[in-house]
Amino acid sequence: MSRRAIRDLWRAGIVLVLVMMVPVMMALPGVVHAGDQISDEQARTLLEGLDASGFEAKGEAVERVAASTASQRERWLQALLEGRLARERRGDHFYIITDDGGREWPIIDAITLEDVGTGSRRTINTITINNTLRTQIEGALAAMSLTAGDVKARLAAARALVGTVDAISVARVEDTLAEEESLAVREQLETALALHRVQQGDVDALETLRGHLDTRVRNTLVPLAEGDGELASEARGVLAGIERKREWHQRVQTLFFGLSAGSILVLAAIGLAITFGVMGVINMAHGELIMLGAYSAWWLQQLLPGQPGLALILAIPFGFLVAAAFGIAIERSVIRFLKGRPLETLLATFGVSLILQQLVRTVFSPLNRAVASPEWLRGSWQVTEALSISYSRLAVLIFCLVVFAALWAVMRFTRLGLEVRAVTQNRDMARAMGVRAARVDMLTFGLGAGVAGLAGVALSQITNVGPNLGQNYIVDSFLVVVFGGVGNLWGTLVAGMTLGVLNQVLQPWVGAVLAKIVVLVGVILFIQKRPQGLFPPRGRVS
Amino acid sequence: MSQVCTGSSGAGGVRRSMGHLSDRTTMLTCAVLVSAAVLVVGLNLLPSDHALHVGDATVSLLGKYFCYMLLALAVDLIWGYLGILSLGHGAFFALGGYAMGLYLNAQGTNIDGWQAWLGHFPLMALAVVLAPGLLALVFGWLAFRSRVTGVYFSIITQAMTFALMLAFNRNEMGVGGSTGLTRFSELLGMPLNSHAMTVALFVASVLAVLLAFVICRMMTTSRLGRVCIATRDAEARTRFLGYRVEHVKLAVFVVSAVMAGIAGALYVPQVGIINPGSFAPLFSIEVVVWVALGGRATLFGALIGALVVNWLKTVLTTEMPDAWLFMLGGLFVVVTMALPQGIAGLAASMRRQKGGAVHE
Repeated sequence: MSRRAIRDLWRAGIVLVLVMMVPVMMALPGVVHAGDQISDEQARTLLEGLDASGFEAKGEAVERVAASTASQRERWLQALLEGRLARERRGDHFYIITDDGGREWPIIDAITLEDVGTGSRRTINTITINNTLRTQIEGALAAMSLTAGDVKARLAAARALVGTVDAISVARVEDTLAEEESLAVREQLETALALHRVQQGDVDALETLRGHLDTRVRNTLVPLAEGDGELASEARGVLAGIERKREWHQRVQTLFFGLSAGSILVLAAIGLAITFGVMGVINMAHGELIMLGAYSAWWLQQLLPGQPGLALILAIPFGFLVAAAFGIAIERSVIRFLKGRPLETLLATFGVSLILQQLVRTVFSPLNRAVASPEWLRGSWQVTEALSISYSRLAVLIFCLVVFAALWAVMRFTRLGLEVRAVTQNRDMARAMGVRAARVDMLTFGLGAGVAGLAGVALSQITNVGPNLGQNYIVDSFLVVVFGGVGNLWGTLVAGMTLGVLNQVLQPWVGAVLAKIVVLVGVILFIQKRPQGLFPPRGRVS
Repeated sequence: MSQVCTGSSGAGGVRRSMGHLSDRTTMLTCAVLVSAAVLVVGLNLLPSDHALHVGDATVSLLGKYFCYMLLALAVDLIWGYLGILSLGHGAFFALGGYAMGLYLNAQGTNIDGWQAWLGHFPLMALAVVLAPGLLALVFGWLAFRSRVTGVYFSIITQAMTFALMLAFNRNEMGVGGSTGLTRFSELLGMPLNSHAMTVALFVASVLAVLLAFVICRMMTTSRLGRVCIATRDAEARTRFLGYRVEHVKLAVFVVSAVMAGIAGALYVPQVGIINPGSFAPLFSIEVVVWVALGGRATLFGALIGALVVNWLKTVLTTEMPDAWLFMLGGLFVVVTMALPQGIAGLAASMRRQKGGAVHE
C-alpha cells in the first residue's frame, strides 16, 4: 500500500519538476546574442591597452574591453583576473596560459584561441593587476554575463553585482536594467543599484532595500546606520525591518527543522505505537528492527553499486520485509509465550535486542557504515536568503506523513485493521466472533516491525548505519508513544512532532544536549500529571 | 524475625510468592557471606607464592562483585516485593558513586567551590545517602502519587537515567564530562592501592551486603513486607483495605535507592573510576537480569544472580568478547521464558522433590 503511494509520489514529483523547467526552456531562445566580430588588429589594440603601464590606464582599458564586441573578451578578462594573461617578451603576441603549474606553461593565442605550444617565464610576461582592478574586472565580468546566457546565468551574475557596483560600473548596470525583462534579475539589479546610491547618500534609494534579507545589504547598511542625520536614522529603520523579517524566516526554518526531527521521531515510534500502543506488547527490540531496516538499505546499496537512487527505492519494500520477518520471528518464538506478563516481555525482548545487536556486529562489523544519498536528495532548496530547506529532510518529512497515512488507512479500512481493533478492545469477544486472535497478533506485530524497518531506511539517509543505531531511538520512541497516549496513532504523530519542534526551539538557548534533557524531564513530568498521555483513550478499554 | 505463613492465597492471575523462606535461609545466607569474607581475607594473608594465595586484584574484583550484589538486593527489594520494575537503578548507583568520586578527587588537591564541601568524609557520607535518596523521593512521589505503574514506570525510570547520562556527559557539569572521575589517590589518609585499603574496602563491601540483607529480610518479613506483597499482587484491593499504597511504595523505593547509592560509593574506590557509563540504560537493565536469573523476591537469589552473571561477564569479556552479548541476551530470554523463578526457584523445587538442602 505504502509502496504504491510512494511510487505515485515520485511520479508527481517528476511531473512537478518538468513543469517548473518549462519557463526556463522558453527563456532560452530569447537571449540570442548578436556580436559583430572585430578584426584581429582591433583586438590587439584592446589587449595592448590592458598591458599599459599604470593601473589606472589598465582600468580604462578594462572598461573598453568590456564595452567592445570582441567575442574573446570574457576569456581575456577571466585570464587577467587570474594572472594568466601574458604578452610575448619580444613581440606583440598575447597569450592565455591554460595551466600555470610547473615551469613550462601550455599557452594559447589570445586572439585566435589556438594552441601554440608552451611558454615559460623567460619567453612571456604575465600582466599584473592590483586589488582595485580586481574588483573592477569582477564587476565587468558579472555585467558581461548579465547580457549573455540564460536567465539562470543572468540571475547569478546580477546576484554577484550586489554590493560591488561602483562609480565606474554604475552606468553599465543601469543600461542592463533598462533592457532586462526577467523580474527576478531586475530585482537583483535594482537592489545592487539602490545599494550603490545609498552609499552615495541617496535616502530615497533606501525604500528599495526595505525587507531585503541579503547579508550584503545588511553589511552595507550597518556602518551607514551609525551616526546622525536623516540617512542614518532611515537606515536604522530599514535595518530593524530587515532584522524582524530575518527572525521570522529563521523561526520558519526552526519550525521546519523541528518538524523534520519530529518526523524521524514519529517514524521511529509509529511502529511502536502499533505493537505497544495497540497490542500492549513492550518490544525493547524495536530499535534493533529499525537498525535492521537501515542495514538492508546499506546492503542493497552494496549490491547495486553506482545506483544509490534505485537501491534506496528498492530498500523501502525490502527493509519493510526484512524487519517484518524478524518481527514475526520474535513474536512467534518469544512474545506469544509471555502474553499478559508485560515486565517479562520487556526483559525478554531486551535480550533479543542484545542478540540482534551482536549478530549485526559479528556478521557485518562493529563499524558505522555510510549510506550514500542519491542525487535527488542532496542539496537544499533556497527559499529566501535566510530560509533553506534540505531535500533529504523534506523527503523524510513527506515519507513520514505518507507512512503515517498508509498505516492509518490500514488500521481504519482493511480487514486486518478491523480485526486488530477488535482484538485490542476485547480479545475474548473477538475470538468468539471468529477472529483468529493468534494470527492477528502475528500480523500486527509484523506490521509494526515492518514500519520500524521503513524508519530504518529513512534514517539511513540522515545518519550513519551502525549496530547501536537502534539504541539511540528506543528511549525516545517509548516516550513519544507514552506522551501521545497509548493506542492512539494520531497521538503519536502529534507527540513526535511536538517533541521535535520543542527540541529545536530550545536548542539555541541551552544547547543540543541540554535541550534533549529538558525535553526528557518535561515529558517525565507530563506523564506524572497525565499518565494517559495527550490523548487518553475514552471509555473503558480492557 | 517471625515465621511467615507460607500459604499465600493466590487471587485470580496472581502468582504465588517465592518470598516466604524459613529463617534457616537467612542464617545460611549470612553464614555463607561471613565465611566467604573470612576465607578470602585469610587466603589473602597467605604468602604470595602459596598455591591458594588470593591476590589483591582478585580481592578487589570480589569486592566489586559484592557492590553489585548490594545493588541487586536493592532492585530485588522493589521489584521482587513491590512489583516495581525500575530500569533506572543504575542512576542511584552512579549518584552514590559520583559523591564518593568527588570526595576522592578533593583529597590532596586544592579544589574550591561546591566540590570542596564534598572533601569532608561526613559530608560525603551524607551526600551518598541524600543524593540518591532525594532523587528517589521526588521522582517516586511524583510517579506513585499519580499512579504511574507497570511498564510506564519502567519507561520513565529509563528516561530518567538516560537524561542523567546526557547531563553528566556535559563538561559544564564540572564532574569530568564523558571521561568521568578517575586517578584517585587516597581515602581517609590511606593510599587507595595499598594492600590494607584493598582488604578494608572488601570487608566493608561484605559488611554492607550483610547488613543490607538483614535489613531487607526484616523489612520483607515484617507487616510492612506483607503490605508490600499485597500491593504487588493486588494493588487496588490493598488500597481499598485502607493502606496508603503510595506511602509504602515511596518508602521502600527510597530505601532501595539509598542502598544502590551506597553500593555505588563502595564500588568507586575499588574500581578507581566513575563515568557517565554507569547511567547508561543498558547497565540498569543488566541489573534486572541478575535478579531475574537469581530469582525474584528471594533476596539471596539476587545475591547469587549478581555473582554468577558478573563472574560470567568477567570470564567471557576477556576470553571471547563477541560471545558476551549473545550470552547476556540469551540469559534474558531463557530466564524469562524457561526459568521465571530463577536459580532460587529451581533450587526450591529441587528441595521440594528431594527434601535436600539448598545448594547452588
